[in-house]
Amino acid sequence: MGDSAKLYQVWVYLQAEPLFWLTLTIGAYLFADKVYRACRLFPILNPVAISIILISTCLIFFEVEYERYFEGAKFIHFLLGPATVALAIPIYLNWNIVLLAKKAILVSVFLGVFFAISVTYAIAFFLGLDMITIKTLLPRNVTAPIAMGISEIIGGVPSLTAIITILTGIIGAALGTFVLDLFRIKNMAARGFAFGLASHGIGTARAMAKDEEAGVFAAVAMGLSGIVTAVMIPLIFFVVRDLIH
Amino acid sequence: MLVAIFIIFILQLTGEALQKYFDLAIPGPVVGLMLMLCTLMITKSKTHPSIISLRTSIINTSEQLLSYLSLLFVPIGVGVIMHLQLLEAQLLRILVVIVVGTICTMIFTSAVFAKINKAKDNG
Repeated sequence: MGDSAKLYQVWVYLQAEPLFWLTLTIGAYLFADKVYRACRLFPILNPVAISIILISTCLIFFEVEYERYFEGAKFIHFLLGPATVALAIPIYLNWNIVLLAKKAILVSVFLGVFFAISVTYAIAFFLGLDMITIKTLLPRNVTAPIAMGISEIIGGVPSLTAIITILTGIIGAALGTFVLDLFRIKNMAARGFAFGLASHGIGTARAMAKDEEAGVFAAVAMGLSGIVTAVMIPLIFFVVRDLIH
Repeated sequence: MLVAIFIIFILQLTGEALQKYFDLAIPGPVVGLMLMLCTLMITKSKTHPSIISLRTSIINTSEQLLSYLSLLFVPIGVGVIMHLQLLEAQLLRILVVIVVGTICTMIFTSAVFAKINKAKDNG
């Protein structure tokens, strides 16, 4: 038996092992994160997006099914639930700030979330996207674990929602400063709040890098808008559905 | 650390049980998030040393978990390879929704927030 035949045998063995895909996922992420930091957190080089592209390319190239990959990657995926519960901590730690500007925060979070849902629905509907895609798009401005949960409940495609959510975060982080400058929003709290509400964790990281006050308000907006969206989308969705039937 | 993980899991499980039992349209882990927030608020004024150390442990463990939050989206994100056709056909339109929607949401939210915050400062 030749060396290449032996190598192939090892490959066949490895790719059937969940540990291989688990290791690849962590490795791809560590690499992407290093590149991202080396390029000073340049938004387009988001480590999640880069990792997904690297791993997907690998799976397509070696003709490996997603189910096989997930056999290993599910150990990471499993932690999404506990991480969602842990999102209570940034809200809790910044609670005194919530109390300081409670009126502005409460009104902005409800109006902002309602606006985000409406504008997403309106544009998607106007462009003639099908209903599954619209459902997949609706929760796009909240942090991925919550967005995927909402997407699943209303009948969207959770994995596409994850990608769309990440893209939303990248767009918000990349364009936010420019857009808010253009509209002459100078209030740092308001700027941070908009970053957190419109582009969740990725936008929050960007706001934190720019200004401390903006960062804190971004973290508060991200947490609260996650909760409000998780309640508001299913509520609107099921009420509207019942009205139609 | 282990106790903190145990409590996070318990709260998630309770959240999912409540979601199933009351047939809530809110994801179970988000119910768990609310339970965690309530738990932290309720125990805030408690001064018993064991409660204080447990709270510190929960906060530290959660922050550690959150520092890897982005890694946790990767497995489900790779699932995009199963939806490439759906994505390909609508990619441009989806991008328009994301870009226009995000810009509009940012402008609207910051304007509302700035207006109320300013009104408060002047009053």
